[in-house]
Formats: sequence, C-alpha cells, structure tokens
Amino acid sequence: MSKNLSIRHRAEKRFIAYGFISLILAATMLATIIGSMIYRSIPAYTNYSIDLEINMTEISAEDEFEDINFRGIIRSSLFSFFPEVESRSDKRKLFKLISSSASYTLRDFIIENPSYINKKFYFNVLFTDDSDLFYKGYVDTSLSESERRLDNQEVAWLNELKNTGRVKNKISKNLFLNGDSREPEVAGFWGATIGSLITISVTLLLSFPVGVLTAIYLENFAVKNRITDFIEVNINNLAAVPSIIFGLLGLAVFINFFGMPRSIPLVGGLVLSLMTLPTIIIATRSSLQSVPPSIREAALAMGASEMQVVFQHLLPSALPGIFTGTIIGLARAFGESAPLLLIGMVAFIVDIPATFTDPATALPVQIYIWADSPERAFVAKTSAATLILIGLLILINLAAVLLRKRYEVKW
Amino acid sequence: MKNLFKSLVIILSIALIPSLQAKAEEQIRIVGSSTVFPFSTAVAEEFGRKTKYKTPIVESTGSGGGMKLFCAGNGKQHPDITNASRRIKSKEFKKCSDAGIKIIEIKVGYDGIVLANSKKANVVKLSTRDIYMALAEKVPANEDGSELQDNPYQTWKDVNPKLPNVKIEVLGPPPTSGTRDAFVELAMDAGAKTFPALKELRGSSKAGKNKFKRIARTIREDGAFIEAGENDNLIIQKLDQNPNALGIFGFSFLDQNTDKIQGSIVNDAEPTFDNILIGDYPISRSLFFYVKKNHIRMKPSITQFVKEFTSLSAMSEDGYLVEKGLIPLSPEEYKKYKNAGKNLIELEL
Repeated sequence: MSKNLSIRHRAEKRFIAYGFISLILAATMLATIIGSMIYRSIPAYTNYSIDLEINMTEISAEDEFEDINFRGIIRSSLFSFFPEVESRSDKRKLFKLISSSASYTLRDFIIENPSYINKKFYFNVLFTDDSDLFYKGYVDTSLSESERRLDNQEVAWLNELKNTGRVKNKISKNLFLNGDSREPEVAGFWGATIGSLITISVTLLLSFPVGVLTAIYLENFAVKNRITDFIEVNINNLAAVPSIIFGLLGLAVFINFFGMPRSIPLVGGLVLSLMTLPTIIIATRSSLQSVPPSIREAALAMGASEMQVVFQHLLPSALPGIFTGTIIGLARAFGESAPLLLIGMVAFIVDIPATFTDPATALPVQIYIWADSPERAFVAKTSAATLILIGLLILINLAAVLLRKRYEVKW
Repeated sequence: MKNLFKSLVIILSIALIPSLQAKAEEQIRIVGSSTVFPFSTAVAEEFGRKTKYKTPIVESTGSGGGMKLFCAGNGKQHPDITNASRRIKSKEFKKCSDAGIKIIEIKVGYDGIVLANSKKANVVKLSTRDIYMALAEKVPANEDGSELQDNPYQTWKDVNPKLPNVKIEVLGPPPTSGTRDAFVELAMDAGAKTFPALKELRGSSKAGKNKFKRIARTIREDGAFIEAGENDNLIIQKLDQNPNALGIFGFSFLDQNTDKIQGSIVNDAEPTFDNILIGDYPISRSLFFYVKKNHIRMKPSITQFVKEFTSLSAMSEDGYLVEKGLIPLSPEEYKKYKNAGKNLIELEL
C-alpha cells in the first residue's frame, strides 16, 4: 500500500517536472526568436542624416515650384564641403552618398512652407542606406575595396563629413510614418499597418454578425435533419481548408465575377472573413452550448419567447466565448499573406490607404516583400516590421482577455 | 448588447460611405516577374515623385502569372504592364492577340544567375558540365552519355576530381520561380549538351528534344538540392552559417552582399558586372516588360512611365537601376527599345 503510494507520488512529481521543462523550453524558444528579431532590427530604428545649408536666396517667390532645381540646390550645398572634387564622375559618386529622396523632401518642405524661399537655412537630409550602414559600423573597412559597397574614397568622404559635426543619428520617422519604398532609408510600414487594420475591420464587420447569427440559428432554431447535418460537417471542414484556397475563391468570385478592382482591402477583408467565419461559428456554437440549460428553461418558464431567451439570456452569457473565438480567428487572418497574393495585395504600394477601396497591402506582405529585397538595410527593416506585427497580435490577444474578463459570468 | 449591435451598424455605414464615391483617377497597374520587381518598383516610385500622377501599383506575381493576367483582356480590371524575366512565349502572344491586345515589347537589361558560397570558404570553379552532373536526377553512366543512371554523386570530388571533397549542398529556388527556369535552361542544358549522345538526342526530333529537356532539366530530389525561397536574404544568412553550401540567386543579391558571399566561377568566367554585360558569363538572361497599347488612350500616363523607365537616368550605365543591380543594354539595343517605347511600336512574332 505505502509502496504503491510512493510510486504514485513519484509519478506525479515527474509529470510536474515534465510540464515545467516544456514550459521553459517553449519560453526559451520564444525568447530566442524575439531576442534575435530585436537584435537584428536595431539598425532600422535610426537613420544618419546631415544638416545641409540650403541657399534659396537666388530664387524669387514668383517662381513655380516645378521650375526650382531642388536637386541642384542640394548638390551645390553638399559639394561646398569638398571644393577639391571637380570631375563629373566624382561629383556623381559624392551625390550618391545621400538619399535620392533628398530633393523631393526639400521640395515638399518648401511647398508647405513657402516663407523659406529667399532665405538661407539648414535642412536635414538623409544619407543613403549604404552610408547609413557605414556610420553604424556594419561596413568592414578591413576588406578589400571590391568586396564592400563603399570604396576608399567614399569612406574618406563620409569620415570627413562626420568631422564637420553636422552628421546626426536620428530616430527614423520614415520607418513609422511612410508607405513602402525602394530606398530602405525612406521605406516604412505605416502604409501596410493601415492596410492591415482596414482589411481586418472589414473582416470583423462582416464575419462577426454573420458568424454569430449563423451559429444562433443553427444552434437554437434550425430543425435537426440531414441538411443541417450536412451544413455542419461543411462548416467544420471549412475551418481546416488551406488559406490560399480562399484566395482562389476571392479571385474567381469577387474580382472575376463581380468585377471588383484588385489590391483593395475590401476584397481582402471579404476573403479573410470567409476564412474566419467557420472559426467564429464553431466558437459561438460551443459557447452557446456551454450555457447551463437551467437558464434557458427558467426563461422559457417565465414566458419568454425563443428570441428573448437567445438575446437576453443565452447570448450575454456566451459572449466571452464568442469574443475569444472571434479574436483568435481575426488574429489568424491578421498574419495571413497567402490568400492576399491572388487578389493582388502582394504589391508595391507607396501611397497610404485611407478607405476600403484604396489599393493597399498588409503587414505580413510587407515583411515578405522586404525579406525578398536585395538591399542589406532591408534585413533590419524586415525584423522591425515583424516585431510590429507581433506587437499588434499581442494587443489583439490582450483585448480578447480583457473582453472575456469583462463579460465573464460565474455559475 | 443592443448598444453593441447599434454601434456596429453605425461603424459599418460610416465606413462604407467613402467607398461608394467614384474614383476620378486611375493609377497604372503592373504585374509580373519577381526578378524585374525591384527595378519596376524603383521606376514606379521615381515616376510617382517626379510627375503629378499617382505611384503605379506593382504586383509580384511571377512571369507566367503576370502574362496570364495581362493577356486576359482589355479594360479597367486588367493590368496595363507586365514584367517578365524571359521573352513572351508564342502561345502567350497568341492568347494576347486573340483577346485583341496589342503589345509593345521593351527589353530592360540583363540579369546574371550566380552560384555563390560564403567568403569563409574558397571560391568554387565550376563548369556547366559539373553543375549538370551534380544537380540532375539522371546523369550519364559512361563518357558519351548513351547510358543513364540515377545520380550517384555525393561530393563535388565525385563529380570532378579537380573539385574539393565537400558534400554537394545547393540552396536554390523552387520550381515555380523564373530564376529556376532560367537556371536549368541555361546551366543544366549547356552541361548536358557536352555529352555527345545527349546532344544528338536533342537535335534528333521533337520527341528527342523533349526527352533531352526531361533529362537535362530535372533536378535531383535526394537532398543535395535544397529548395529555399527565391532571392531571399535568408539564403545569404544560411550560406554564411554553412560555408560548404552553394546558393543560387540573382546577380543583384551578390552585388549587395559582396562582403559575405562570393560568386563561383562558371566556365572560367567570374560573375561580374562586365562579364555578364559582354556575355562571357554563361548563365544570364534578358529582362523585359510588355505594355498594353490599347490602354494608353485610357491612361495616357503610361507613355510617361515608359519614358521614365527607358530614360538615361534609369537605364544607362550609371542610372539608378544599375545601382540596384541591373545589367544594362548595349547602346544599339538601348536605342532600339527606347525608340519602340517612344513610337509605340507593336510587337510582332
């Protein structure tokens, strides 16, 4: 008897130890992934820039913006640091050290602040990704010239510029506020984030009401017969269909048949809501089932109609489960990129979307596009965007927990 | 509960109002090859900054997928331009003409496909024959290639005694990718052709040619060739960690990562900018984009876009596309295609 007891105790201790080890293992893996992401993303958050002295005194206010040679103004300001550089090819090489976006940012700045015409002022101009990585110490100057992106002369120029004290390392506003770009120093994930949020809100607005109503009908009103059984089997089946199939369906139905445009969040949201519907229906049904039958019977005994029972008693008690199911479904849709490929949302889109019908892309797609880009600086950007995606998913899941707590009923 | 549903309805209606308004301007839509994608997007961005038009939307669908969308028809829901990392096939051209589509062909430049390994190891010197022998599923069992066997080679030394005694491990693109198509066509075909019997088979008949293609272009599936993503920065990281492995990708990836990886020498030519330009490096292909002439009336900005793409500041030897890793056209070819774009010369096959 006592021997048996000690065996059982030992078995229990072993079981607890196994559980603890698995927990530690899972936590270490998660920490490694997030840790390496954070480490890799470090160069993405800041960008080296230089304050150039912009001389606009020779330009009169009457000039049209199109006629002003912003590129020339920036060039001459940069060349004033190196009066000895004279040949055309050297000048071109020198100008390539700063971002090609510089003249356009200056143009946009002047259009917004026309009072700067006629003045001399300092204007902050970004370095190109290669120069930026050099300042951050990612260019190994011990390698021979042909094996790195910057040659000795460019390295010397960059060092000289640094000695002027005008070079600064600033938080990269572009990363957080811009849409996509081919220049790593200009590219940002805001466009993709907005695209994701718009898409996911379409998904929520469609799949939540439809899913909950379907579940209520199937659970409380539908007659149990072969047809409803068939529907039930199909709904459960749909939950396991690979997501790319929904993309194919979206392409065939929404784009080819209804003639909706490609690359818009409306179509993306429709496709993703097809994908989340089964999850929501299954979750809603099981949480409706878990409401104790006594509640329902008591309400019916008091003379409530079926509809009153459902909306006043069953649904409020089932809400926490419904929210959890919905949010798990949405979180999956949020991280999805395969179905978006077929409906044209895997695309290079610079403008930040504002409505349901503006062309847009999504965060997972942005990560994919950046991971696919040859420029070295995009490696860091990829990790930064991944962290943002993980952060948003944590927020969504946190909302699930809070909503569940708020509506939870103890029996 | 009631409030929840009420607010949902209100949000829904507010959200849908702007989408009901008609759009005044349509932007250019581009689909196609993922190899041309970095160049096409760079031009699109520059075009969006320089002109008053919206930045075109560029989708990365692959060459074949792009052609399919492009040739589906004329009209708003179909793309205006498709990029391709190979020339349009006669089948595709026929499909396009049947749909009433008139095409303008513009060659953009060249792209080399490189085999590269980590700088921690030595530079690999290969011939196309070595590549074929190392990667094909079936290889000749005798000198002239009349008998075939399942690929028995495990190390590079087995393939060619001059090569190092290292296990064959090649990370390459999946079969869906244009880079893979071009690689097997250019490198493996050339390697297989060095065997007289296979060369003869290729020239014999149409059936023989197809048989040759099957022999030359089928890649082994026993683990020596590892399918990795296409043109992926992850491949660079994997090569860095495993100095014995070789990776296959576009020249622009080598160009951007010269501090970590080195290109293998193929048939005595290094994969450098100049060697690809003059055609000494054997594994290089042409990049194109195709414009739908029928759409120009609907979207006049297309001509501006073509002008920007074929401008000297983009395509010449110190243009911004070359900066991104494009191998430019020769001056004669440049003239030809610039003219085709300017005068909207239709492609005839």
